[in-house]
Amino acid sequence: MKRPVIEIKDLKTYFFVEEGVVKAVDGVSFEIAEGETLGIVGESGCGKSVTSISIMRLVPNPPGKIVGGQILFKGEDLLMKSEADMRKIRGNEISMIFQEPMTSLNPVYTIGDQIAESVMLHQNLTKREAFSRAVEMLDKVGIPASEKRVHEYPHQLSGGMRQRVMIAMALSCNPKMLVADEPTTALDVTIQAQILELMKQLRDEFNTAIMLITHDLGVIAEVADRVAVMYAGKIVEYTDVMTLFQKPGHPYTIGLLKSIPKLTGNHKRLEPIQGVVPSPLNLPQGCKFNNRCPYAREKCFEKEPELVEVEKGHSVRCWFHDQLQ
Amino acid sequence: MVQKSKSNVIWKRLKKNKMAMVGLTITIGLLLIAIFAPAIVPYDPYTVDLSQSMRAPGQEGHLLGTDQLGRDQFSRLLYGARISLQVGIITQSISMVIGIFMGALAGYYGGKVDEFISYLINVFFAFPSLLFAIAIMATLGPGLNNIFIALGAVSWPGLARIVRGQVLQLKEQEYIEAIRALGGNDFKIIVKHILPNCMAPIIVTATLGVAGAILSEAGLSFLGLGAQPPMPSWGLMLSMGRTYVTTKTWLTIYPGLAIMITILGLNLLGDGLRDALDPRMKQ
Amino acid sequence: MKKLLEVKDLKKYFPIKGGLFGRQIGAVKAVDGISFDVREGETLGLVGESGCGKSTTGRLILRLIDPTSGSVKFGGKDILALDKNQMRKMRKDMQIIFQDPYASLNPRMTVGSIITEALEIHNLLKNKNDKETRVHQLLEQVGLTGAHARRYPHEFSGGQRQRIGIARVLAVDPKIIIADEPVSALDVSIQAQVINLLQDLQQDLGLTFLFIAHDLSVVKHISNRVAVMYLGNIVEMAEKNELYNNPRHPYTQALLSAIPIADPTVKRERIILQGDVPSPINPPSGCRFHTRCPYARDICKKEEPVVKTIGEDHIVACHLV
Repeated sequence: MKRPVIEIKDLKTYFFVEEGVVKAVDGVSFEIAEGETLGIVGESGCGKSVTSISIMRLVPNPPGKIVGGQILFKGEDLLMKSEADMRKIRGNEISMIFQEPMTSLNPVYTIGDQIAESVMLHQNLTKREAFSRAVEMLDKVGIPASEKRVHEYPHQLSGGMRQRVMIAMALSCNPKMLVADEPTTALDVTIQAQILELMKQLRDEFNTAIMLITHDLGVIAEVADRVAVMYAGKIVEYTDVMTLFQKPGHPYTIGLLKSIPKLTGNHKRLEPIQGVVPSPLNLPQGCKFNNRCPYAREKCFEKEPELVEVEKGHSVRCWFHDQLQ
Repeated sequence: MVQKSKSNVIWKRLKKNKMAMVGLTITIGLLLIAIFAPAIVPYDPYTVDLSQSMRAPGQEGHLLGTDQLGRDQFSRLLYGARISLQVGIITQSISMVIGIFMGALAGYYGGKVDEFISYLINVFFAFPSLLFAIAIMATLGPGLNNIFIALGAVSWPGLARIVRGQVLQLKEQEYIEAIRALGGNDFKIIVKHILPNCMAPIIVTATLGVAGAILSEAGLSFLGLGAQPPMPSWGLMLSMGRTYVTTKTWLTIYPGLAIMITILGLNLLGDGLRDALDPRMKQ
Repeated sequence: MKKLLEVKDLKKYFPIKGGLFGRQIGAVKAVDGISFDVREGETLGLVGESGCGKSTTGRLILRLIDPTSGSVKFGGKDILALDKNQMRKMRKDMQIIFQDPYASLNPRMTVGSIITEALEIHNLLKNKNDKETRVHQLLEQVGLTGAHARRYPHEFSGGQRQRIGIARVLAVDPKIIIADEPVSALDVSIQAQVINLLQDLQQDLGLTFLFIAHDLSVVKHISNRVAVMYLGNIVEMAEKNELYNNPRHPYTQALLSAIPIADPTVKRERIILQGDVPSPINPPSGCRFHTRCPYARDICKKEEPVVKTIGEDHIVACHLV
């Protein structure tokens, strides 16, 4: 097995708001190896985005605070680093791309300037070298006429092109790890297909570890190697992508898979998960999913299950995982 | 329920802002004075007693002295609060009616209507509004009632511009489109759905506008175009005291202070309200 | 089946003004001559990527935006000829559900008054008690409870708000509902709840839907027939299984192959389209898709393809079919 680039151990990020404490991320552990893509799925409010900003150490404080755990990057705990050290890591060794490519680019600078700046920030290059690096990166992400495009402003590019620029910028310093938070959600299907293809290519070329956050199980099936399913701040299932879709072990995963309309096959009535995601300020006792779970029994309301390895490389947080289906 | 909790939040934010609380205290104090002036004044503000003329503050029970006609200045200042507040509230009401109407019309219908109203607003902005008011006063003749008309007529464009901007933004909201899709008519949409959602900037502008109107009234009265003697308008009192500005300083200092404190209070309150109602407007 | 809605050669050009005197210097051809029918009791899906004009089409049909030209007939009546008052009455029969459940409810009104307002606009019930009973009944119909009437929109989740929006629409007892991306702002598990609700309501109340969405799986699930739009045109329209199993237009083919399928065992030949959707301001000449089409020939750049019928209920606009 390849060595992990990053290991998250029991990460806890809480938000201290007027009404109480929101345990946005509550004891999350996972690892990502070189050249591997870990998908993190979950619905809004499950803590997947907070996990990513915790890794970048960008949790807004106040009200947020990382209250526990370790983030081991190349063997060193990022949570022990000073802000100055973090600045050297961000954008250089760990990069991030966001959902909205429009707001993440500065409208008053050309895209070449912006890529070159992020290169010069971390690497000892002259302005000219950095600029030619920018052109090279634009080529890599498939932007045609890159030498001309490098002088254009963000508003002159389409959404798909902007996301390519963001990826070019993120990869310009050859990061060990890329955090992609819903990178294709704002894009059209045909453009999404282009970007996903590009991410796969780049992962193979640069051997980057990718953490891909999405709510779209289709995207997961397409690009992820392993998957962590999150619900109410915790990982409820953690396994490789084949197992997840073929032998899902947690009732929430099973529910998600049943509730999406299939493009192929016959059209039975959808089977939605009943109810709504509980308020993060008022989570149920015991298993956090018990109020929506069709299999819930008495024990689920009394005590919260641990994430246990049910077979090699497949962990599930459910008391009755062996009795489902 | 939400209304209550929302106003609770606003009140909490306002309470945190010390300057705003100072402003609020001054404004409430002013209101109480205006309402209860007849009950609390030590002397009748209109009674002329030449034997008491030009008493310095503190003399013979006149806390802030008397003017050339022997009227008690303290009592006159308290009564002056009534005039100032009247002017502020009435002119702002007029200006709000015109401003909201014009702004809503321009913002909601757009096109030619908008072009015309925006043009009108720009014309008003191109001239100093006090000059405009003076011109109107010169035509209508002096007097407090004409002050209401003149100041109301010149102070609406600022509000209209703000309302127009708000309406432009709000009418694109889906819940407005939803009502249109349901078949709701324009009047109802504007009154019931759009205006209540742009109350915050209207309240702020109106509060600041009251201050502006009070200041303008003082100015006009000082020039002799506003309130007429023997009304205890602060501006008029300043004007009367001007002759004695080097010798009987209390005749100008105290009316001046009254105006200053009032304006300061209202502006502090207005600024505080703006921050409390919409934290984003602060930037 | 009876045609409930007939759209013919509908166009909407949004003028672009510029220059010193605000002259018209161009136009966004958002919808450029589309024709289709919606039959009573069916669901017609309208799919396409952002900027293809699908949402504009929905609003044109309801005259929330006034069309540049074309005709829209509802139950045989030309609604573009109606005056403002007649149109307001017409709106009782034609309703719309919006995409964003957070933006489509007035935050200052209770759920009860939001729904009551719909009743009052069309003077449906006079008596206060009747109105209240009806509001409760509507809330229950969409899976909420009467007690929710006293609450405000911000107290509800996205899915619940969408239900409230649906209850408001049902209040006026419409015949056709235009659903504009009704589930795309919702979480996956909630999407399914709302889709099921819409299907139940269609069955119980005999509703007709025009279902506008970008998600092809959702559209396939809910529709009887599907129309595919690209840059203001309908490029292909057919019964859903026919369209998904036998897509004939290169754009439909690419679109279908681009959807990520939630099954890692499925391995497909992907058609990855090159480039981006061109701007609708100066759409390409001839066939609008020719700039991205892997099969484009000379004729595609010159002539606009005519709409061909290639099977029962299957039409396509492509030179190469």
